[in-house]
Amino acid sequence: MMDMGMEKQIQSKYDMINYLRKEALPSPLCPGCGGGTVLNAFANAVDQLGIDPKDLVLVSGIGCSAWIASPHFLADTLHTTHGRAIAYATGVKVGLPDKKVVVISGDGDLAGIGGNHLLHAARRNIDITVILVNNFIYGMTGGQVAPTTPFGAFTTTTPYRNVEHPLQISEVIAAAGASYVARWTTAHVFQLIDSIKKAMNTKGFALVEVISQCPVQFGRRNRMKTPGEMIKWFLKNSVPVSKAKKMNPEELEGKFIIGEFIKRERAELVEELNKLIEEVSGGET
Amino acid sequence: MRFMIIKGNEEEQIRLLRKHYPKGNYFMQGDEAIAFGALFAGCRFYAGYPITPASEIAETMARELPKVKGYYIQMEDEIGSIAAVVGASWTGLKSMTATSGPGFSLMQENLGLGIMTETPLVLVDVQRSGPSTGQATKGAQGDFFQARWGTHGDHPIIAISPLSVEDSFWETIRAFNLSEKLRIPVVLLADGVIGHTREQIRIPDPEEVEILYRKLPKNEEEARFPFGDVHGDLIPPMPLFGKGYFTHVTGSTHKESGMRDVYTPEVHDRLVRRLHRKIEEHKDEILKWEEHYTDDAEILVVSWGVSSRPSLGAVLKARKEGIKAGLFVPKTVHPFPERRMRELGKRVNTILVPEMNLGQVILEVQRHVNDEVFVKGVNKIGGVPLTVEEVFREIKAASSAERSRHRSAD
Repeated sequence: MMDMGMEKQIQSKYDMINYLRKEALPSPLCPGCGGGTVLNAFANAVDQLGIDPKDLVLVSGIGCSAWIASPHFLADTLHTTHGRAIAYATGVKVGLPDKKVVVISGDGDLAGIGGNHLLHAARRNIDITVILVNNFIYGMTGGQVAPTTPFGAFTTTTPYRNVEHPLQISEVIAAAGASYVARWTTAHVFQLIDSIKKAMNTKGFALVEVISQCPVQFGRRNRMKTPGEMIKWFLKNSVPVSKAKKMNPEELEGKFIIGEFIKRERAELVEELNKLIEEVSGGET
Repeated sequence: MRFMIIKGNEEEQIRLLRKHYPKGNYFMQGDEAIAFGALFAGCRFYAGYPITPASEIAETMARELPKVKGYYIQMEDEIGSIAAVVGASWTGLKSMTATSGPGFSLMQENLGLGIMTETPLVLVDVQRSGPSTGQATKGAQGDFFQARWGTHGDHPIIAISPLSVEDSFWETIRAFNLSEKLRIPVVLLADGVIGHTREQIRIPDPEEVEILYRKLPKNEEEARFPFGDVHGDLIPPMPLFGKGYFTHVTGSTHKESGMRDVYTPEVHDRLVRRLHRKIEEHKDEILKWEEHYTDDAEILVVSWGVSSRPSLGAVLKARKEGIKAGLFVPKTVHPFPERRMRELGKRVNTILVPEMNLGQVILEVQRHVNDEVFVKGVNKIGGVPLTVEEVFREIKAASSAERSRHRSAD
């Protein structure tokens, strides 16, 4: 059962409790996890935008970050197989073009096993918002190396050091055709809320990548035992997009480029499908 | 309600079907007949990925769906295709995907989610020769057990196998109806031979076609139990997304409310047993088969899908020669019509099982007949269907063996 003091604190800050399924609490996330910050930022963005949760469908995959919104957020929630949330969400959005369809899941889920769906949803520019929580690690399974793990980092399956390079998700998805892409860390909460709002108001595919701390599986194996140490690491190494443009690849090694990567208008899939249906079927009945 | 569409209404849908597909005789492939069956069944969402010999289903749906205000989307792979189909089904759209062996393998995990979340959908597997890439352009019947056990864990499934192009049209409609009525994915186990064969088919008037739609919750209270047996028929009403019910759907073990509970043994036991009982207790509506000359048959041929056609030819030929042969053709292949199989098995001494594989349905047959009955497979692989002569030869050989057995008994 939930501790009353905590409930009061949440209410006094954001009235976040109104957006949660009480029967799903307490959260299964570890103390110090960045997932709570993401849920808070998302609920706050929904609140500020005045979106009725009845107009929201949240889709997630498998892993710690998939639990951020599902089942906790009080909306229609679809908790799917590993990596496939965006493909499921594609069917949902086609069937419910007037609803906001949001995918919240992790880096391993969306950019590892499900990377192809992420890439192609961006290419199609379907009106889905993806909040990708990047904690550099497969947390739920015990801390194995991920496609986002920094070069040289230690994980349970890179006990000597990671010899692979991480995927730069935001850069790839901006190039793939998304309408909106931004990256922040859990240390940039207000910018994060702002970007989630922009993403949800974008007609087209929107990605908000959130660099998030996993002190339990990532931090403690990489000399950052506490959430505070990880947040400090994010702040120390964050570089705004504008500044990063003037830096060379060596200078950017180990940095987190933060800010908006792309913001553009581009024909959106479901709208185009509906136009096509009107053209082919319309006027003939 | 027959159709669930985003724009327009049911009368408009019937008008559109009549306008674009006036009743009468058509000449088309099995694949096309499956697509038209889906259109008449009310399918208005298709997600797929090209694969031989199923691509014509996607092409037909891409061309025809917009005419009846439906959605076609080509996904990046088969995994995404069935995922999108599950997602669309929860918004109320009748949804389908079609593939062949390799794609069917890729779809298995999400098919499992469809079963666990009781999502109506139709998955067409136009069987081709495997394993692996095999003979991509050749038909086969090697996916009988993949359809039954392809996805992991205990689960029920319904699979239907059509016999001809016209049968493909009607059995696709039946697949949708069973899927909608019972809230379960239905596999249409077609094959590349019928899929690519052109035959005459009669397209009916839409009013001639019985079409079912899933049970929806009557009120907020019913909607609170998307996985509960609220009506005592084991089929929960389906609270669709976007209706304000705050439905939670997960592939994890869940309570009647939809909320995950993977720790309580009773919750898992109750859920998975209900899924099985739902199919078991509606078996009379699910099972379907054909019989020819079984009343006095001494030699029974049990065949399915494309192989049932040369089997019928062989039985007719045997009858002309005075051999008492009969034919039993399950059209619902999962669940298998085991009671009827047992009854027929008691009356004959020999059963022949022609199929385009190295022996799959024969294992079902053997399960349901006594050890004394001689059960023999008539198996052919390599992509060429069995011929009347090949099946007849086996009937004749069995008949001679019977006679000599009778003689020695005398």
